[in-house]
Amino acid sequence: MKRAFPILAVLTAVLLSYGLYGALIVAPTEKTMGDVQRIFYYHVPSAWTAFTLFFLNLAASIVYLIRRNPKADALAFAAAEVGVVFCTVVLVTGPIWARPVWGIWWTWDLRLTLTLVLWLIYVSYLMLRRFSTSGQTPMMAAVLAVFGALDVPLVYFSIWFFRTQHPQPVIGGGGSIDPRMLHVLLINWAAFSCFAVLVCWSRYHLEVLSREVEETQALESLLEAGNSR
Amino acid sequence: MSSSGITRATLAKDLRLEWRSKDAINSMLFFALLVVVIFSFSFDPTAEESRRIAGGLVWVAFLFAAVVALNQTWARELRNQVLDAYRVSPAPANSLFLAKALGNFIFVTVLEALMAPLFIVFYNLRALGPGYQLLIVAVLGTWALVVNGTFFAAMSVRTRSREIMLPLLLFPITIPALLAMVEATSSILTGEFSARFWIVLLAAYDVVFTMASLFLFELVLQAE
Repeated sequence: MKRAFPILAVLTAVLLSYGLYGALIVAPTEKTMGDVQRIFYYHVPSAWTAFTLFFLNLAASIVYLIRRNPKADALAFAAAEVGVVFCTVVLVTGPIWARPVWGIWWTWDLRLTLTLVLWLIYVSYLMLRRFSTSGQTPMMAAVLAVFGALDVPLVYFSIWFFRTQHPQPVIGGGGSIDPRMLHVLLINWAAFSCFAVLVCWSRYHLEVLSREVEETQALESLLEAGNSR
Repeated sequence: MSSSGITRATLAKDLRLEWRSKDAINSMLFFALLVVVIFSFSFDPTAEESRRIAGGLVWVAFLFAAVVALNQTWARELRNQVLDAYRVSPAPANSLFLAKALGNFIFVTVLEALMAPLFIVFYNLRALGPGYQLLIVAVLGTWALVVNGTFFAAMSVRTRSREIMLPLLLFPITIPALLAMVEATSSILTGEFSARFWIVLLAAYDVVFTMASLFLFELVLQAE
């Protein structure tokens, strides 16, 4: 496993640079939107990666609730943290694109709102982990992840109805995509996924190590207290 | 003692405590009153506009005020290690949770009953749609706030700076419920749309999170 890490790192670097080349040079310029459309090659893969990571967090949380495996908790933590970073990228690149194309920075559209609510839920998840006093943190965080997952369909339906009741800005949906564009998109998606796995992996490793250090220190101080008596 | 007996006993104890101290209800009432006055200063709407925005104002005021009561739910039990006593007692965790949630439901309902006339006076409200539906929305909406609020209060009581932690956990999860309450209230007040979808959504929210809370509360109570 240890040897796979540098290989993955090299693969990620290659894919990311090829993806950048593809997004800036290979992909044709979009007819109506122009060059600003190229942000799409970062926006969409980030969104997919963020959702995958949130899903991973939920799965790991459920495993933790059933098995009480601390490694599942460390994985859930790493996935949530990296997921929030990717989700932030989505929420920042979206308005940059929307302003010149839609003429507005933000709209309470279904996907936008759902992404924002997910981001809020996972930020509150990270806050809980940060402020919680040790020991009970993994359990409470896992429970919160389950609550967040239950919330997603309800948010979906509420926004769906909210939007069908109110006027909606025109959103360029449907239509076909140029195969070269799709190719670049998929390359970038692969690159971002590799990148996410890479970061998650090292974050997970760091988390496991820091827990080991904490345990050792606690043990040492206990031993010292025992010796001095 | 049966589990419903435990629920009743805990609820009676909480109500008696509140009746004697009136801590939660007083602070909630004054807080909500301040919110109403500040909102009405800062917007100064006409009758037509106020009908449109009142749903949002009312529920945001109630949400903020409810947090005051919810924060006290479990913090009250930290004194004299009552929470630890609950943990070691054989009483089922769920009956304890139900008692606390029902207690909060009663507090917030009392608050709403007292504040609603004020809102009507300040904002010149009159429902153009079916007014009886407001009652359904109030009951379902209040339960939606307190069921998750009681649950997350049990979590936030174990954190540093617990008073601020509760809204941070509660508000993101409450977004769909809040949207449903606000939209249902506005639809009924303006009479422009049917509120049925929002009432169904609120009911679904209540069922989902009541089940989830009852299912997971024992884990949170026992987490140590």
